[in-house]
Amino acid sequence: MNLILFTFIVLLGFTSYYFGRKKAYTIQSTKKRLTALPQFYGYYLAIWCAIPAFIIFSLWAIFEPTIVKLLILSDYSNQGYLDDELNLLYEKSKALSRGQFTGEITPFIEASAEKYLSLRSIAQSSKVVIVLSAIIASVAYAYKRISSNSRTREPVEKFLNAVLFTASLAAILTTVGIVFSLIFQTIDFFKVIPLFDFVFGTHWYPAKAFVRDSSEALDPTMYSDTFGAVPIFAGTFFIAFIAMCVAIPIGLMSGIYLAEYASTKVRQYAKPLIEILAGIPTVVYGFFAALTVGPFLKELGTSMGLEVSAESALAAGGVMGIMIIPFISSLSDDVITSVPQSLRDGSYAMGATKSETIKRVIFPAALPGIVGSILLGVSRAIGETMIVVMASGLAANLTLNPLESTSTITAQIVVILIGDQAFGDPKTQAAFALGMSLFLVTLCLNIVALRVVKKYREKYE
Amino acid sequence: MNKNKEQLLNKRYKAEQRFRLYGLSAIFMALLFLTIFIFKIFSTGYSAFQKTWLIVPVTFDAELMMLDQNPSKEDLQDADYYDIALKSMADLDPNANEDQENELKRMVSYFFEKEIKNELLNDPNLIGKTKEVYLTASDDLDQVFKGNYPRDLPEDQRRVSDYQLKIFDQLVANGKVESKFNISFFTNADSREAELAGIASSFMDSIFSILVCLMIAFPVAVLAAIYLEEFAPKNRFTDFIEVNINNLAAVPSIVFGLLGLGVLLAIFQLPRSTPLVGGITLSLMTLPTIIIAARASLKAVPPSIREAALAMGASRMQTTMHHTVPLSMPGTLSGTIIGLAQALGETAPLILIGMVAFVNTIPGSPMDPAASLPVQIYIWAESAERGFVEKVSACIMVLLGFLIIMNLFAQIIRHKFEKKWS
Repeated sequence: MNLILFTFIVLLGFTSYYFGRKKAYTIQSTKKRLTALPQFYGYYLAIWCAIPAFIIFSLWAIFEPTIVKLLILSDYSNQGYLDDELNLLYEKSKALSRGQFTGEITPFIEASAEKYLSLRSIAQSSKVVIVLSAIIASVAYAYKRISSNSRTREPVEKFLNAVLFTASLAAILTTVGIVFSLIFQTIDFFKVIPLFDFVFGTHWYPAKAFVRDSSEALDPTMYSDTFGAVPIFAGTFFIAFIAMCVAIPIGLMSGIYLAEYASTKVRQYAKPLIEILAGIPTVVYGFFAALTVGPFLKELGTSMGLEVSAESALAAGGVMGIMIIPFISSLSDDVITSVPQSLRDGSYAMGATKSETIKRVIFPAALPGIVGSILLGVSRAIGETMIVVMASGLAANLTLNPLESTSTITAQIVVILIGDQAFGDPKTQAAFALGMSLFLVTLCLNIVALRVVKKYREKYE
Repeated sequence: MNKNKEQLLNKRYKAEQRFRLYGLSAIFMALLFLTIFIFKIFSTGYSAFQKTWLIVPVTFDAELMMLDQNPSKEDLQDADYYDIALKSMADLDPNANEDQENELKRMVSYFFEKEIKNELLNDPNLIGKTKEVYLTASDDLDQVFKGNYPRDLPEDQRRVSDYQLKIFDQLVANGKVESKFNISFFTNADSREAELAGIASSFMDSIFSILVCLMIAFPVAVLAAIYLEEFAPKNRFTDFIEVNINNLAAVPSIVFGLLGLGVLLAIFQLPRSTPLVGGITLSLMTLPTIIIAARASLKAVPPSIREAALAMGASRMQTTMHHTVPLSMPGTLSGTIIGLAQALGETAPLILIGMVAFVNTIPGSPMDPAASLPVQIYIWAESAERGFVEKVSACIMVLLGFLIIMNLFAQIIRHKFEKKWS
């Protein structure tokens, strides 16, 4: 129904464009000068068609459900139901009217389901009538208004400008959405679990916080020693550290080689090949780490008499390091290439060899950019999910032994939220609290890294 | 003195050579990882494109199928195929006792009844006759035939019994086992049975998610880029937008999953597990990537184009819409494709919004619950059955193939259509 209406409105828009242009041509044929190209008269009318439709549609989407609900629940208003019960009744009748209801059907619910259906159909038809009449009225008004000397280009361009501006707000809206979705659950979480216990507690065992009914949820004694995030944070940074131990030397050295030594031909092939590593989906790395690297390390360890877990931090961290190599190599390659040639020439003139120039002149000069690229790599490592979920353990161990298994923030979020979630349960909220800490940590790293790289770029440009 | 100098020089030259070697070996290591990686995936995955069939003689006994004389098409549909299916398997070994008959039955997929039924529906004249029918082998025997199964393990640690292996070897010796191209891998939906599982459902789901993502992210991102690059005044607010975009591009993907869960599912009440929600979540993730690419390619259009248009009396909006934006489109499009390729490989946010549903039907619209290709990889990788390992690798090969095609496409657009301004 909505789709048909929508198509119809789009058609109306095209028609009004056509009529607007036609009117402009008629004005033109009377040898009067137009103030804008004929298309603009068309656009002008089309916009007058789109705006009322858009406004009414969005108002409808916002208010229709609330009004329908109020009307239905007004039947029950003086029967002494609680708010929750009323909500439940409403949801039940809604489900029944859609034929998705499985519970016991009482006459009450049946009656309100019928009422719901009739209200919905009234709302639908009145929407159609209102939208169409509003469009016709506004287009007719605009059609009468346009004459040879009326301005059409300026309003059209102003409108377009407003659309462009709104689109550019999408990025801010996304950030707001992220903060918004995280913050309420996080606050609720810290109402039950003290912040201190979360940040300094050393036992993480969310499965213990299984809530059987809602009265238990607010009993804080139940959660003591359950949501201590230290092992999770430690595991996250530990795995990120292992990853960087792999990624920094290899990435940095290949960046230096590509920028300073490699011939154009080698560069032409080696650079995109290395960058393929960044394009492989992380779930593929996860599979590789779990299927190949983990068992391989375990076998290797056993042959050397070491006890290695099949889900060791080393396997996850190592594979993650491989994934991060191209980030560091490309960024440091860029940074090194943008060091001015005069610095190199000066160093060579003093008799330094190429490697001495790199180590003593170029590297210090490029250091801020390189640090920035490493920070971005760290932020990636901390936020990486699939590799740890598949290859690292899911139980939180507080350990510094790379051969044992540990867990990370991201892995815990997935473990908690996979399958069905109950909002309002501290376990679910814990995932959002972890997400919040992840967001804050990566945000700080990103801001610092981006600023460092930007400052550095400005220095040499 | 002179000798000392020479020694020092030699030392420095050696250091130079060592340094060079480090660099070369770093690149070599990175490429080695890539090679091992691809080799491993291909070597475990290629066998999934073959499927093992057992050729079993089936007697279409009308009595066992509860059919009358001259049955109609509907009768054939409703006939009882279980008994003849069971009988034909049991007939493989005339001396089999009841337990062994059961084991014989488990040598083929549980789908075998249907396969026999289809054979008869294709050719109703078969009633009363005996025909050799191709039946899908069970996933374990499939692995045995491909040589991936540890046959020398003690019997109680295997899912395939010695008896099944004996019969299977007899069949192989008689040439009654055949390996053919695995079409069902591409046409079947997911299944709990490895031998029947296919990627059609997850493939369709990925397509739907990517389409939703494209339809939302592309227009918004392009409009935003146009505003920021061509119209935005330089002030604090636009700076803030810019910082925001750059940060969003580096926010971990799982945070977008939490956004989808907390806002799209909990507040807007969109249907869980559907490509619609997945696509919206992915579009928020790809938005900054496309904005950055579109801005870069708008920036690359030389100012002379704008100046020429303005000089001819075009307004700023006309200049932008008629000249700058069309000229920047190749760069924007290739950036979009690369962003979509990233979105296609994304797993974590989709898991959080419940797109890990087990789906044994092929979704027909973005509103049907589903699991996308990378999520399918995750689901299969987590299941213990041996038969799924090669399926995962094959699925990865399909996914990587897609990513390569998308990236090539982006390259072609960039090189073919982009104007070089010198």
